[in-house]
Amino acid sequence: MLRIECPVCGLRDETEFAYGEDATVRRPDMDEADVKIWHDYVFIRDNPRGPHKEYWHHVAGCRQWIRVERDTLTHEILGSILAREVAA
Amino acid sequence: MRHYSAFSILRNGLSGNKHWSRAWRDPAPKPAYEVVIVGGGGHGLATAYYLAKEHGIRNVAVLEKGWLGGGNTGRNTTIVRSNYMMPGNTMFYERSMQLWENLSQELNYNVMMSRRGYYYLFHSPGQGDTARRRTNIMRANGIDAELFDRPEVMKRLPYLDYSENARFPIYGAAYQGRAGTARHDAVAWGYARAADRQGIDLIQQCEVTGYLWDDGQIVGVETSRGPIRASKVALAVAGHTSHLAAKAGLRLPIETHVLQAFVTEPLKPLVDHVIIFGAEHFYISQSDKGGLVLGGDLDGFNSYAQRGGLPIVEHTLQSAKALMPSLSRLRLLRHWAGAMDMTMDGSPIIGKMPVDGLWLNGGWCYGGFKATPASGFCFAWTIARGESHPDSAEFTLKRFERGYQIDETGAGPHPKAH
Repeated sequence: MLRIECPVCGLRDETEFAYGEDATVRRPDMDEADVKIWHDYVFIRDNPRGPHKEYWHHVAGCRQWIRVERDTLTHEILGSILAREVAA
Repeated sequence: MRHYSAFSILRNGLSGNKHWSRAWRDPAPKPAYEVVIVGGGGHGLATAYYLAKEHGIRNVAVLEKGWLGGGNTGRNTTIVRSNYMMPGNTMFYERSMQLWENLSQELNYNVMMSRRGYYYLFHSPGQGDTARRRTNIMRANGIDAELFDRPEVMKRLPYLDYSENARFPIYGAAYQGRAGTARHDAVAWGYARAADRQGIDLIQQCEVTGYLWDDGQIVGVETSRGPIRASKVALAVAGHTSHLAAKAGLRLPIETHVLQAFVTEPLKPLVDHVIIFGAEHFYISQSDKGGLVLGGDLDGFNSYAQRGGLPIVEHTLQSAKALMPSLSRLRLLRHWAGAMDMTMDGSPIIGKMPVDGLWLNGGWCYGGFKATPASGFCFAWTIARGESHPDSAEFTLKRFERGYQIDETGAGPHPKAH
């Protein structure tokens, strides 16, 4: 059981959250015409063995999207911030 | 290296079992090989075996960072089936099924292939229509498949919940009679022994840490036991594909996720088949030792850890009890996890990589064990001939650029959803 630090609610069980996706992926501009850039956005991932930035949705809590940094090898949670602060 | 036979069992039994020879050698790595296969699981060992047997390429090393078959080969739920419906998948998995049929004789090693039949239960008319479509596709391709209605399933699998209270009523089942289970360790050991007999070096405790380069081309690997040169480097490292591809400067359409499996305390024979619960992602069979082998969902977030979390334990056991209420008093003996390559369309990648000298066999998601023979067969063909085998021709890395994903579940580019 992961214990994830929600910036709003504090430390909560993993079962209160839904996993989103890799948070390093950036949607290209809508007028982007290069197929390779879209291909990479849709399909290609770094998939690191170690620290990984990812989105989680605190769906059974405050319902905020948060960005968590977690080690994929040890499952250690290294930090979390609100997703809207990432986008800002 | 002696041939295994009834006579050899008798002779060694009478002489106190003191004279069995090693099943395979333990050679030190040579400075160079024609082909180096990274990963000593079922797929890597099968690839080595078929390189020698089908293509006469014997100057081959298999490098394994731990012990042979210690990864996902020894961690799966041992199910073998060929009920795929997407073009590109259907005949590949059927080739695997055909190779399984004679594998014990071929390898002179008992892989305990048991054709106990495979039921895919459906729980609504819509799910039944989907099962009918899949059954028809299989039959159209010459693969055995049947469809059973509820009364027939009740007769065949009397221990499931058919009561008024069943959370997901059983409407029927799709059935493949040739499907079943095989002993996973034996598959790795059988291929290992057969490859070793062909003169292939199986090198354990040898981790690949990087590549040897010459003018932008890969010409070997750096390992924990020194550099090893090779004309062709072939990866078969389920779960760690992205990690080793990154060292070659490649990014792939793969995320690594963790999948758990479970075994209960042993029981008398109860579940004679493999049963898939269609309402949840849950499957059950009974091992020869009597333990019920259970499988379920991914833990749901990227992970390279070969251990899972308790929420999935609870979820899987809820599914077990919803399907078979009689399991409620049973104790779980062990649970474990494997790290696997979940691709963006749920199908594997076999082929030459955009970096010269590098070949990849990966992205097996949940489906790696059943694919072991065909995966090795097709990958060996690809490495030896420099072109895809017709049965694995669609498993290219380029399919994502072309928009030809082989998406069996129709889940879209979400690795954890396949």
